[in-house]
Amino acid sequence: MLRNRLGKWLLSWPPLVYLTLFFLIPTTIMFVAAFRNPGDYGGLAPMYNIEDGKLVWDLTLDNFSRLVEEPLYFELFLKSIGYAGLTTLLCVLLAYPLAWLIATTHKKWRDLLLLMVILPFWSNFLIRIYAWMIILGPQSAFTKAVNWVVTGLGFEPIQLLFTPIAVMIGMVYVHLPFMVLPLYANLEKHDMALLDAAQDLGASAWQRFWKITWPLSLPGVFAGSALVFIPALGMFAIPDILGGTDSILIGNLIKQQILDTRDWPFGSVLSIVLTGGVLLIAGLGALVARKGAKRG
Amino acid sequence: MAKKKSAWLKASAVLTYLFLYLPLFIVVLYSFNDSKLNAEWVGFTLDWYTKLFHNQKMLTAAGHSLIIGVVASFFATVFGTLAGIALHKYKLRLLPFLVLTPIAIPELLMGVSLVIFFVIVNQLIGILELGLVTIILSHIAFCIGFVAIVVRARMQGMDESLVEAARDLGASPFQAFRLVTLPVIMPGIIAGALMAFTLSIDDFVITFFTAGAGASTLPLEIYSMIKIAVTPEVNAVSSLLMLLTLALIVIASKVSPSALRGGN
Amino acid sequence: MALLEINNVVKRFGDFTAVNNVSLSVEAGEFFTLLGPSGCGKTTLLRMLAGFEQPDSGAILLDGKDVSQVPPEKRPVHTVFQSYALFPHMTVRQNIAFPLKMAGWDAKKIETQVDELLEDVRLTQFGQRFPHELSGGQRQRVAIARALVDRPRVLLLDEPLSALDAKLREQMQIELINLQKEVGITFVYVTHDQGEALALSHRIAVMSHGQVEQLDIPERIYSHPKNRFVADFIGQCNVLEGTVKAVDGATMTVDLKGCGTVKCQSVPNAKPGQAGWLALRPEKIKLDKELGRHDDEAHFKGRVHDCLYLGDVTIYMVEVAEGVIIEAMLPNNIPGVAKFFDDNDVVEVAWRFDAGSFLTE
Repeated sequence: MLRNRLGKWLLSWPPLVYLTLFFLIPTTIMFVAAFRNPGDYGGLAPMYNIEDGKLVWDLTLDNFSRLVEEPLYFELFLKSIGYAGLTTLLCVLLAYPLAWLIATTHKKWRDLLLLMVILPFWSNFLIRIYAWMIILGPQSAFTKAVNWVVTGLGFEPIQLLFTPIAVMIGMVYVHLPFMVLPLYANLEKHDMALLDAAQDLGASAWQRFWKITWPLSLPGVFAGSALVFIPALGMFAIPDILGGTDSILIGNLIKQQILDTRDWPFGSVLSIVLTGGVLLIAGLGALVARKGAKRG
Repeated sequence: MAKKKSAWLKASAVLTYLFLYLPLFIVVLYSFNDSKLNAEWVGFTLDWYTKLFHNQKMLTAAGHSLIIGVVASFFATVFGTLAGIALHKYKLRLLPFLVLTPIAIPELLMGVSLVIFFVIVNQLIGILELGLVTIILSHIAFCIGFVAIVVRARMQGMDESLVEAARDLGASPFQAFRLVTLPVIMPGIIAGALMAFTLSIDDFVITFFTAGAGASTLPLEIYSMIKIAVTPEVNAVSSLLMLLTLALIVIASKVSPSALRGGN
Repeated sequence: MALLEINNVVKRFGDFTAVNNVSLSVEAGEFFTLLGPSGCGKTTLLRMLAGFEQPDSGAILLDGKDVSQVPPEKRPVHTVFQSYALFPHMTVRQNIAFPLKMAGWDAKKIETQVDELLEDVRLTQFGQRFPHELSGGQRQRVAIARALVDRPRVLLLDEPLSALDAKLREQMQIELINLQKEVGITFVYVTHDQGEALALSHRIAVMSHGQVEQLDIPERIYSHPKNRFVADFIGQCNVLEGTVKAVDGATMTVDLKGCGTVKCQSVPNAKPGQAGWLALRPEKIKLDKELGRHDDEAHFKGRVHDCLYLGDVTIYMVEVAEGVIIEAMLPNNIPGVAKFFDDNDVVEVAWRFDAGSFLTE
């Protein structure tokens, strides 16, 4: 019907045009930039030159070979994946008991408990990181307490702020709600009669968890892991603020290439690799979700 | 269903909540501390707030944040609402990709591509110099998806036959949209707008890339203060920002109790 | 001329033919029911009457004019939706006033008309409530009031009672019958519940696979199903395989497989040798230890195979021949007796020649 098509056109075109202009085109430009030469004063060199009236493309694969040839970059990627992975793991460990508790609490309290998980997430990202600067600072009560224990055990006092430990704490702190919510959404749907049935059939508490609850909650675990791992992989602010020189991640390198040294082609190459990593994780997540949906 | 929970489970939950709230509590607490160091409680003072309100740079940045937040959330709400309805009503290919990807990828990537884009456009045709306008344009781009998701959720929750009933009882397609669809999804739209405003006010990463030297926002100002020297003035501005966010959440929960969860 | 005429209407969704060449007509003032299992096309047909779908071919005539391409808002036809579809952001009054506002009535006339309707459905004191503050039955009445407020030519009802519990449903059936008598508007009612259809309707069209299987008054539909589908779908039914042996005017002889010959009413076009089925309602079968023999009755000896005690009645499965089981239903009308027979009791069954009907398809 003509009328139907007009409605479709009016609804979808404004956002489509806007996002094409300010998301699709910029992203495409970034991808192309990875094959261009850096400009003399940073930024990008022209994509082509006119020589003797002929058009000569000035494109290169140098930026990619630089990435491959220098093991430092590869190590940085591995390190970023390690940080993101550890963040995800710690988030699962912290979020699971909490999500389980909320899901099994009386309906009356559930919304409140859940809101209490979301609330800190709505406060400013920088403030949440800044809070840990105070807590982990050398003068803070927390650091003093830690060092009292450490020296009591006969070790040298340690520094917390500007170390990988601080980065890990910040990463887990910022991403924890992303793990709790999908886990809760999954656990809340579990049929508690399954656990009663398992117990009736002779399963211990531990067996009930590993044989029933855990496998059924895997879709929630995977959803939460994707929500934590992806932003954690591209993080630059937390290492920038809480970390020292040794806790630089791939995000920091990208930021440095784009804004500081202004080597846009190489910054774009790094961004493309990061995008690839994200797509890989998202694709794996989607695959697992589809499998889970088939089973469910 | 409620089962007896072990003490371990309860203790770990309490500790996790402490982990979530203690840092924020400390930020607020030290904003009233009569000491330059965020280390020990010395005494109560409002000095940091007084100082803050005389800090011209901070006030300008706050003004910028407010302007950006209002303008960006307005346009993001318009585009996001259209997109949310379109995503629900039609099977589309490109739009879902364009709307949902900016939410899914790390913010850093959007920041990188947008700064390159703006600088190239500026070199080519001389418009869009990095500053307030580029920040606003970027914020609209990443907020559209969040609004669209909330609005789509609201559309999905709406009984399809409501629109048919309106048509059946004599309303034209446009009247049915204006008199039935729009009022029914309005709580979702308002919640989406508040969410976009909060996201815009709070955004650091994308703003950091697209601001250039031209404009500063509250989060950028906080960032440079943190990087240079930590003073309780940061605590004061942080506390105020948290208060603002909390107020917005209370409004959102009054308008649409389910929107808070629907948006995440 | 009938008020509503449906001529050779076809509707396809992709490869699926939802409505396959349906023709029927509905008279003014009639309570007409489309009955069938889910997916039989009854709802699609209703949606075409409302204007939400357009037929691929065929015509829908209202007062003699083809309305099949007229949009829903331009048809003097209203729908009561299964979900009621009350506007959640409007009060009961605003909901009922909606069609009048769309039609451009002036505010004063709207007020008096809405008052009248509220009174009709006994909701006068609920005018300022919102839908979510009403019970299921009240919502249902608002939906009906809203659809009747501007006196449409036809009211379409899409399984309006399915969301109510059994008790309330029975009460609402009586209210619907009375309401329809009162307002005199033509009702087209869609349901999958045969009891509801039999209780409410003047005429019923039984549908299956997009086609009308039988269109008749409720009594005929029940006692003389036209084919196996209708016999199976409406109530309990014994369906016994058999072959026509001889036709003798109004009666004919049928050889029931494994049992022997019986007499039954003849059907048009029946010829000796034609295979078919004898359909018999369980409550029309006599059952006792011994039964007298009559000329106009079929008569068999058998053994009780199973009994189903249902409270008001008991159903006895009687094996009259190897593998041939006839269900008979007896009311439990003697106090203190739950079952007249036990498993393995030897009994006799009988039925009048006009108790069943012979089905050829």
